[in-house]
Amino acid sequence: MSFLDIVGPVMIGPSSSHTAGAARLGRLAKACWGTDTLNEVIVFLRGSFAFTSKGHGTDKAVVAGLMGMLPDDERIRNALMLAKEAHFPYRLTTEDVDGAHPNSARFSFLGKNGRRLDVVGASIGGGAVEIQEIDGFSVAINGELPTLITFHKDTRGVVAAVAVLMAGREINIASMTLHRKTRGGVATLVTELDMNAPPDEQLCNAVLQAHPAILRVASLFGGGNNS
Amino acid sequence: MRSLAEIFAVCASSGSSFTHAAIEIETSESGCSVEMLRKGMLSRLKDMEFSVNEALSGSWRGLLVPEEAYLLHEYGADAASFSSPFVLTAARIAIAVSTYNAAMGRIVAAPTAGSCGILPGILFSYRDHFRCEDETLLSGLFAAAAVGSVTAARATLAGASGGCQAECGAAAAMGAAALVQMRGGSPDAVGHAVALAYKSILGLVCDPVGGLVESPCIKRNGMLVSLSALAADMALAGLRSLIPPDEVIDAMGQVGRALPESLRETAGGGLAVTPTARELVAKLLQQE
Repeated sequence: MSFLDIVGPVMIGPSSSHTAGAARLGRLAKACWGTDTLNEVIVFLRGSFAFTSKGHGTDKAVVAGLMGMLPDDERIRNALMLAKEAHFPYRLTTEDVDGAHPNSARFSFLGKNGRRLDVVGASIGGGAVEIQEIDGFSVAINGELPTLITFHKDTRGVVAAVAVLMAGREINIASMTLHRKTRGGVATLVTELDMNAPPDEQLCNAVLQAHPAILRVASLFGGGNNS
Repeated sequence: MRSLAEIFAVCASSGSSFTHAAIEIETSESGCSVEMLRKGMLSRLKDMEFSVNEALSGSWRGLLVPEEAYLLHEYGADAASFSSPFVLTAARIAIAVSTYNAAMGRIVAAPTAGSCGILPGILFSYRDHFRCEDETLLSGLFAAAAVGSVTAARATLAGASGGCQAECGAAAAMGAAALVQMRGGSPDAVGHAVALAYKSILGLVCDPVGGLVESPCIKRNGMLVSLSALAADMALAGLRSLIPPDEVIDAMGQVGRALPESLRETAGGGLAVTPTARELVAKLLQQE
């Protein structure tokens, strides 16, 4: 761990996993959804997130994160009130899922034209988080590096197309993981990039056009653990 | 950073202080420039100072633990206390910052949120009692960070893995290193202070009432600043730990792994399952 991770993060208390991690998880889950109009997001708190939610401010922190706040934002304290004032369409509930990570949550996003997205993530200790599932795909995204997620039809050439595009823009790929549900079905490609800022809209559009099988691109950046 | 031994080796070959050697190793490992690292750590120090000011100037309480830090201030005004004025101020700050954390205040996790009072207590009581510049506090904070970094690499800094040894215990050892460094002690003395502090918290369990970061956490933050102070005094006086600090840290990790799960932040044992704790939690749930 780096010195600034040892003396840090700067955060709203009381708990790095239940408060800071919860805020970071909410923010990262919202980044999966993107900037599309949101009709509703239902948050299902699991495990000890559900059990000690109020005592640790997990409920406030998750909603604050969904609204884009960082773990050190003083507004986390009043996040539920601010969400109400801003008509932020959230609903908090709990669910008991066998085998779920003890500090985890599922986010069910609903948008216009029936668009839906299901994201499962966990707070894995010290304020670090991990997105573990997107629409039923098992992934492992921590948001420490800018990350691109493509949703595409499982066919040859998608990985190469993304790699060639990044090479052409002189962006180094830190990691690349491919997941598919069935052969020829829907697949996702998670690509972590050595960049200092999240991939912008222009880059996302370029990726979207890099291969005809690519249906959608999401850009994620949690801002690292120092944020 | 894998070991304190590698820091001592750099100190021995270049004659630099513990903190300078630690900065040299950290920057070469991370690729971050010395200037950037110093800037980052100074901003941590400022955030910490801000949390101390907020914690001391406001009235804060947790869900279970009331506001108490001010009592130490009132008590310390008469000179009959057993602890030194430095220790009393450090304890007061540590308890205040920990209470502020429980009240959803903005704090610096150092190394964790549950142990966030100890280092601010040590650093800002030092400034109050011994008058120094930010530069001195920064050198102490760097020494503390190096100890934390070695602990993370060799053992753990998570209560869920190592019990409270890994949180308040680690913070106390980090605080001991900071004190010896700020006093201009030798690298060797820094190491012994770390070893002496850690040896006195081996086996410390994490058994928070209701799973909340309040009891025993808040007053334990206050309590353990005295361990930092005495470990630093012993090391500066020339007392030596028979077991070298890296091996003591390994022992801490090993003891942590041997702790039953009920005593690792699960609120399933120790103080958390006492009749009074159960009663307090039941009352709290009723209020909700």
